[in-house]
Amino acid sequence: MIYKETGQYKSSYKSDHAIFPLIQDKIAFSTLMLIAFLVIPFVIDSYWEKAILVPFLIFSLAAIGLNILTGYCGQVSLGTGGFMAVGAFSTYKIMTSFPDLNIMIIVLISGLITAAVGILFGLPSLRIKGFYLAVATLASQFFLVWLFNKVPWFYNYSDTGQITVSERVMFGVPVTGATAPPYATYLFCLVLVVALGFAAKNLIRSKTGRSWMAIRDMDIAAEIIGVPPLKTKLTAFAISSFYIGVAGALYFAVFLGAIEVTESFDIMTISFPVLFMIIIGGLGSMLGSFLGAAFIVTLPIGLKFIMVDMVGLSAVTAKHFEISIWGLLMIVFLIVEPHGLARLWSIAKEKLRRWPFPY
Amino acid sequence: MRIKQLLVGITAGVIAISSYVEIAVADLKFPMLVYRTGAYAPNGIPNADGFVDYYRMINARDGGIGGEKIVHPECETGYKTQVGVECYEKNKKDAMVFQPMSTGITYQLIPKATADGVTVYSTGYGRTSAANGKVFKWVFNAPVTYWDGASIAIRHILKNNNGNIRGKKIALVYHNSAYGKEPIRTLQTLATKHGYKLMLLPVDHPGQEQKATWLKIRKARPDNILMWGWGVMNSVAVKSAASIKYPMDKFIGIWWSGSENDVLPAGQGAHGYKSLTFNAPGTDYQVHRDIKKYVHDKGQASGDGSHFGTVLYNRGLFQAMVQVEAAKVAQGIHGTSKITSAMYRDGMEAVNLSAERMAELGFKDFAPPFKNTCENHGGSGLAAVQQWDAKNKKWNMITEYMYGDSDVVQKLIAEDSSKYAKEQKIALRCN
Repeated sequence: MIYKETGQYKSSYKSDHAIFPLIQDKIAFSTLMLIAFLVIPFVIDSYWEKAILVPFLIFSLAAIGLNILTGYCGQVSLGTGGFMAVGAFSTYKIMTSFPDLNIMIIVLISGLITAAVGILFGLPSLRIKGFYLAVATLASQFFLVWLFNKVPWFYNYSDTGQITVSERVMFGVPVTGATAPPYATYLFCLVLVVALGFAAKNLIRSKTGRSWMAIRDMDIAAEIIGVPPLKTKLTAFAISSFYIGVAGALYFAVFLGAIEVTESFDIMTISFPVLFMIIIGGLGSMLGSFLGAAFIVTLPIGLKFIMVDMVGLSAVTAKHFEISIWGLLMIVFLIVEPHGLARLWSIAKEKLRRWPFPY
Repeated sequence: MRIKQLLVGITAGVIAISSYVEIAVADLKFPMLVYRTGAYAPNGIPNADGFVDYYRMINARDGGIGGEKIVHPECETGYKTQVGVECYEKNKKDAMVFQPMSTGITYQLIPKATADGVTVYSTGYGRTSAANGKVFKWVFNAPVTYWDGASIAIRHILKNNNGNIRGKKIALVYHNSAYGKEPIRTLQTLATKHGYKLMLLPVDHPGQEQKATWLKIRKARPDNILMWGWGVMNSVAVKSAASIKYPMDKFIGIWWSGSENDVLPAGQGAHGYKSLTFNAPGTDYQVHRDIKKYVHDKGQASGDGSHFGTVLYNRGLFQAMVQVEAAKVAQGIHGTSKITSAMYRDGMEAVNLSAERMAELGFKDFAPPFKNTCENHGGSGLAAVQQWDAKNKKWNMITEYMYGDSDVVQKLIAEDSSKYAKEQKIALRCN
């Protein structure tokens, strides 16, 4: 009833190929964008910014990046933390070397540098596949983190190996540093996420995206029908790393402000959680990247809120519960809905079509 | 069907959350960032228990500070920076002081708390150059800094070698993080001054894997080892040193590497291991008797109460005592018991813990006296060396409290803090 496509005729290829072919989807998406751009900036406070929205946006971007590589092109990667570190350290180096450069440009250049590094570490993917590739990317994770900790040039010879962001402004408002107002950091991330999100969605619907999926589904068959594996795999690595690099740049410059590579880009803090995001959200789904990021970012906070603030458990008991619930949910999820939250959403849409008169 | 259940569940959840109303508190809020889980829990638990027991004792014995009850909401960080930020944002409103108990989180909070106007007190850890109050208005790290610690350890080694350590080899086994890297520059500067050779041996988080480190030590046989470790890293290092038969009295840890649970796993092998400290061990103080009477005997001990009197528990008492004292001083300065975050900072800056004042508070001879001033947030800079007696399972103080090499340390602090002030465009205070 609510979600009915009957009567929505497409009279041109353009409207048939739209990202949201249904009017309901269009309305829902526009409302979401209106709220995100015009309502949230006015009501956001620093808790929502620092604890929920900004990490959500940043991890969405990282999840899109990994989803391109793993979900669409089928190349398993555990190097997300290392690539995010490349983005963060590029930002820091560029920021300190060129103090007048606009932060938006710095973030995008950091993405490009990460893309180059991604191509380098993507080269072995031509020879090794599946689990073996996962191990190779794991090596990149450890190598990159070690590198940024070992070579003092990357952290400008600071005594502690910490890198600290300095204040940068956009349109007169600081977006990095401690004095940046919550709405500014939020909008800065949001603009990047929306722009890059659309870019990714369109890439996936283009020839590039289709060749990624061909390689994912069966690389030999893809090669026979004329999809070049070298170019396809490397573009997937490059574009995926670009997204992850931008996420890393934001994670350092906008979100945390001060970073220590071994702690902030650890495999357990970044690489695995981002992989869980795309698995729980849905492999090979844009929506899944966002849902997965939202789930992983808000679950611990939500559980903590319920257990500590509402039920009144002690912080440590709640933490132990949180760890167990976390593991349990993970298993339940994989059993009940292995295709992730995105699949749940499409089931919900199916139901909504027939609601309230299911047959 | 499933969708219906899901919807009902979500609706119930939303109603439950929205029905939750935050209770406005007029009390003094001392938020606690603790870690009772994770790789650093063995050290985090006794320390947090010390804090909680002291706050409870003050509430029970004195009815709070100047009549205002202390509330101390705990937030579990697991020693993770990102969670620390979440905890800070959640609790920063009307907070008196944050004690992150992690150098990483301290670095994270320094700019944020400065912008928000909240005090950060990193007792003997965190950013060393925050001792310069001219630059770091909201950050305090009294009574002693890592750079003091490094030079005190070298002074102790000098004393044991009749003042000459030229050509000796000194190894630093450190947690490969901002925390562990803190002393390196001081040790390098001192190396050129005293002519010893410095050997740097990083240990990666969480610190369980140290085989390569100790293999190198076995080969190079340094004359002394210093350690900047935390969590499981400490006990693994002490055990490894014992297993290669390294002379334990040549092995000196920083004050965070010298608690009971660091040495107990190594058994008799740990006998003679030394560490720095800025507070005394044991339970022979008035504050312990009060805690026993007002908290433990009523069955209100934090945790299981088993850490009573251990090194890190006692340090928690000391830290909590300074924080409570700062609130009292602030109440005196501003003539009101309901102090704000900004008033609290003024109190912290005027804290003067003389020997007499500490005795009044039940901490007679517990720690060397110190006072904060506008310029100096780093305290006295005094620390002593304690040694582990594995037979009686107790720490013994083996030296007086001593100063570090203040010429070297002060110069480094001035350099580092002025670099920070320039980067962050901070105008100097206290002129």
